[in-house]
Amino acid sequence: MADLMDDLYRDYILEHYKRPQNFGELEPHDLEGLEHNPLCGDELGVHIRVAGDRIEDIRFHGHGCAISQAAASIASEELKGMALSDVGELDADWMIELLGIPVSATRRKCALLNLKVVRGAVTGDNDWPT
Amino acid sequence: MPSVAERRLAVRADFPIFERRVAGKPLVYLDSGATSQKPRVVIDALAAHLAEHNANIHRSVYPLAQEADAAFESARARIAAFTGSDPKTTIFTKNATEAINLVARSWGAAHLGPGDAVLITQMEHHANLVPWQQICRERGAELRYLEVDEHGELSLAQLDAELARGDVRIVAFAHVSNVLGTINPVAEIATRARAAGAATLVDGAQAVPQMPVDVEALGVDFYAWTGHKALGPTGIGVLHGRRELLEAMDPFLTGGDMIASVSQEETTWNELPFKFEAGTPPIAEAVGLGAAVEYLDKLGMQRVREHERELTELMLSRLAEVPGVRAVGPPAGRERGALVSFTVEGMHPHDIAELLGREGVCVRAGHHCAQPLMRCLGVAATARASLGVYNDESDVEAFVAALAKGREVFGLDG
Repeated sequence: MADLMDDLYRDYILEHYKRPQNFGELEPHDLEGLEHNPLCGDELGVHIRVAGDRIEDIRFHGHGCAISQAAASIASEELKGMALSDVGELDADWMIELLGIPVSATRRKCALLNLKVVRGAVTGDNDWPT
Repeated sequence: MPSVAERRLAVRADFPIFERRVAGKPLVYLDSGATSQKPRVVIDALAAHLAEHNANIHRSVYPLAQEADAAFESARARIAAFTGSDPKTTIFTKNATEAINLVARSWGAAHLGPGDAVLITQMEHHANLVPWQQICRERGAELRYLEVDEHGELSLAQLDAELARGDVRIVAFAHVSNVLGTINPVAEIATRARAAGAATLVDGAQAVPQMPVDVEALGVDFYAWTGHKALGPTGIGVLHGRRELLEAMDPFLTGGDMIASVSQEETTWNELPFKFEAGTPPIAEAVGLGAAVEYLDKLGMQRVREHERELTELMLSRLAEVPGVRAVGPPAGRERGALVSFTVEGMHPHDIAELLGREGVCVRAGHHCAQPLMRCLGVAATARASLGVYNDESDVEAFVAALAKGREVFGLDG
């Protein structure tokens, strides 16, 4: 079924959607955030445990589309061990490149919701990443 | 009895947009609940008005302005007749949302206070929820909800119990739910509300495009709908109101055209319906909507209803064959409007809409501006396929085929 090979819904995206990494809650945690995607009412929350000046562990929870769930899953692996001061520097390009798929304008918020929540939890900056 | 082929409408050729292709595929438009496509007669009427009859209305005596005025008021008369209303009590607004805000503000300010209640339902679109939330908060009134049962329907017993409390001043509810497709018993609710001394407002945005609506016969006090879902242009909504209520109400918006006389100290209001139409109204849009209801009248709204009812039943039965699909709202066999909201296990509604879109199939995904209802249904979002006069069986088949293909992309079994 060659025509089912899909630019957006690549195998690894669907794999992360169906079996997300670091999904769930983290107790105890030091930082947390929760946001809704205004487009669809989807919800994404994050728990972060801090050791020194770095993210020691991270879990995300909630519900969303394949793009938002895969973005959260893929990013969670990168965020583990990252210096808190570096999190505020992460921008939209970082997330889109990490996802590795062409994200249309209408799905951009799906892809960026997780980064928005993580940045909000760490830095207090609740703006959408640009 | 006429055959299925004779009963069915075959009017797609009247709608120019279906001449185009999307992503190289024919357009399968199943989002009429969001906005309808427009027939050639509406596009032509708009263009002809702007090209040949354009002038501002109500203030000029030259012949061109009289033409514009006549076109605007004859459109109002046609639109009022289409819904069983009087032109004097047929007010043009920007959309259904503004029509509801008009009532919540102008009627609510005079009738709501501490100890009073507004009764709405759990199935309301935000347009018939947030305005009541706001006016209740400001006036110190209580906002209460009729519940939606497992069939997506309201309980008249609960309505009676609420009305028996004696504090309900207005019951505001959708004629047809934009998520569930439920058709509420408007006349029944209006009779009970009236007996209890409560006014009624009906959000008819989904109903007017798909079934015969006679506001007078329904016996409601206010009926709001919008032009763009009923084959007309955007930018025009309609509020029908009971004359004595409208006459007693203060204006909603103030400014030009809605006045009788203005001095430095005070203003007196123009007569109905102009009292509620501040500023230059949507003139060309009214002409376009007039052409739209004339077109629908020619098709016959009962025939539109039958056409869409049969397609909805077909869609429900074909969807039931797709593994993992859960349709919300009244089950097959019960009366329902021409839309089906659904979820697919293992696929988020956004992903469904994205994958269907690549096949040229347009469906909506999200909370459909009804977040409290989504919570009642226990879902964050649904996908929704909604029908219009131009749809036929081929659209339903293309939709189901695209859904099956989408499930394959997601590696879902069956």
